[in-house]
Amino acid sequence: MMGLEFVSLSLPPLLIGIFAAIACALPGNFLLLRRQALIGDAISHVVLPGIVLAFLVTGVVSAWPMLIGAGAAALVTVLLIEVIRRVGRIEPGAAMGVVFTSMFAGGVLLLEQSDTSSVHLDVQHALYGNLESLIWLDGLGWASLLDWEALKGLPPELPRMFFTLLFVCAFIFLLWRPLKLSTFDEGFARTLGLPTGLIGLSLVVVAAIAAVAAFDAVGSIIVIAMFICPPAAARMMTNRLERQIGWSVVFATLSAVLGYVLAGYGPLWLGSDNAVSAAGMIATVSGVILGVAALAGPCRHRAGAPAG
Amino acid sequence: MLFEALTLQLGYNATLVTIGAALLGVAAGATGTFLYVGKRALVSDAISHATLPGVGLAFIFMVLLGGDGRFLPGLLLGSALSAAIGLLCVSWLSTRTRLAEDAAIGAVLSVFFGLGIVLLTVIQTMSSGRQAGLETFLLGSTAGMLWNDAVIIATGGALVLALVVLLRRPMTLVAFDSEFAASTGIDVRRTDLAMMGLALAITVVGLKIVGLILIVALLIIPAVAARFWSDRMGSVVGIAGAIGGASGWIGAALSATAPDLPTGPIIVLVAFGFFAVSLLFAPGRGVLAAVLRHRRFQARVHVRQGLLALAQEQPIYEGLTLRLMRRAGLIRADGVATEAGRAKAARALLDERRWQLLRADPRHEAAAARYDGLTPLETLLTADQIAELDRALKPEAAT
Repeated sequence: MMGLEFVSLSLPPLLIGIFAAIACALPGNFLLLRRQALIGDAISHVVLPGIVLAFLVTGVVSAWPMLIGAGAAALVTVLLIEVIRRVGRIEPGAAMGVVFTSMFAGGVLLLEQSDTSSVHLDVQHALYGNLESLIWLDGLGWASLLDWEALKGLPPELPRMFFTLLFVCAFIFLLWRPLKLSTFDEGFARTLGLPTGLIGLSLVVVAAIAAVAAFDAVGSIIVIAMFICPPAAARMMTNRLERQIGWSVVFATLSAVLGYVLAGYGPLWLGSDNAVSAAGMIATVSGVILGVAALAGPCRHRAGAPAG
Repeated sequence: MLFEALTLQLGYNATLVTIGAALLGVAAGATGTFLYVGKRALVSDAISHATLPGVGLAFIFMVLLGGDGRFLPGLLLGSALSAAIGLLCVSWLSTRTRLAEDAAIGAVLSVFFGLGIVLLTVIQTMSSGRQAGLETFLLGSTAGMLWNDAVIIATGGALVLALVVLLRRPMTLVAFDSEFAASTGIDVRRTDLAMMGLALAITVVGLKIVGLILIVALLIIPAVAARFWSDRMGSVVGIAGAIGGASGWIGAALSATAPDLPTGPIIVLVAFGFFAVSLLFAPGRGVLAAVLRHRRFQARVHVRQGLLALAQEQPIYEGLTLRLMRRAGLIRADGVATEAGRAKAARALLDERRWQLLRADPRHEAAAARYDGLTPLETLLTADQIAELDRALKPEAAT
């Protein structure tokens, strides 16, 4: 079981799941602390119209136009939320609700109107992702990992997700101090001369990039869950940002691995021979982890709040 | 075709759907207003996503009991139960842990939705039961809606609406200021619970028509749009109900005219249309009104400055000022003041002098705070006070 079959069928989706989970959880830490946790939710809903529009413009189902379309839709959403919030003087949550539901509705309508049924583009795919189908036919055992010819046959989502993760890590590493300062004390950061507005925007853009890349591989449900659940669970474990980020990476990885294994093998153990949705299971596991952390984490109470 | 749809002449099924959607819209708009005013609009997002595992579990349960699993009241009961559990999780996470409410909402919606998808894939592999069409709960579908389904939706919507009318006073107080509400003897927790319960009922009832992802829109958009038109809670609730009802009616009618116009998204987009119109054109809080207000203010400032310049016989160079004053007949085309212009300029200068005197006098501190360079002093002071100011002006004018 740990040999040939594992390398070709399970290793690539497992790695993609882990990379996607970490890439979303990292910016999620900052979004959580900045009370922007639902930005991930909004972005993952509006990716749909972006992808459909990209398909209608180019007429092909290929990765790059769709990634660009999705990224553009995410940016338009963030800007639109900001404009409606300022111009209409509406509280941010409601402005977000207006924008993302309307854009999602537009995406579904476009999808039904255009003849996309012949290609693999539908709402359920967008929600569930297709993690299980990202297999590596050329992987003929562990040795293939060193074989350049075989590596070329890897599902393209794997390197794409890997580089997205590297990009996210680099962003957080390079902007560590300004990010941290502007997250915890925006006023102080501004007096130091930091462009806090720009930092906030770039954080949202990086989150959108991670969301779009992960969305392509694993569907929107993992994206929303990974933006929030691992950082939220990590927040119950520690009061230090560095450790919180470390915990969130651990929790994200754990969710991806456990979720994937449970989805693939869990039903077998229960006597059924059909796997269940890996994306859904990963989100579920992350929720269980959050639940445990909320019940027993050492820092689960608000500072100053009475224990109880 | 559209006219027939709007006037309910497109057949039995379309008529059912249109009336059901309109009722749902009215109830959702009115209920959503309380959520929006209480700054809890996105709680509805958590509620709606949390219905999915309930739908799946209810289906599995009914199939195991030997049914075909598509009995609508059963599915709705399941969705209500799991949404209630989701709500409890949100409230527990946001009150008992350090998580903010938005994070709690996000966590609950993603985890429950993930669990729901797991259950849907379990159902797909079940040999018995007619699972086809269960996914329509995601996006809503009105095709094949039966009389019984329509009755459930209509009575549910009407019941919620009746409860909103009944509970409007405590809910308004709690939404605006829960501490004040508590001090007047209202049980804030129970009112809050009732508000959430109504939102939950709307979500469950709306599943069949708009689907669980888009029902959020019906709870949020009409309320936000209605808020532009009024500052009074009663009218906002009424307007939101009207916008929601109109969106449901028009959206359902539109979608009945063509086979590939899905009902849920069309209803949401119609509601967004109402929102856009409100944002732009509402008097008072709308964008257009704000722009016009700014323009009028700008014009008054320019004319006033122009008049002062005329009175002191200084030349005016500024283009907008010249244009405005020419249009008002205060100056001629060559820039020389007309008779009316000279009279007005003299009055403006006098007013400005009086203001200067007033602001230098500590006794008139309260009145001086009203100075904005535009308000004529006569509108603030009595004739006696003006006369006193003028006495002080006299020696200055003589020099």
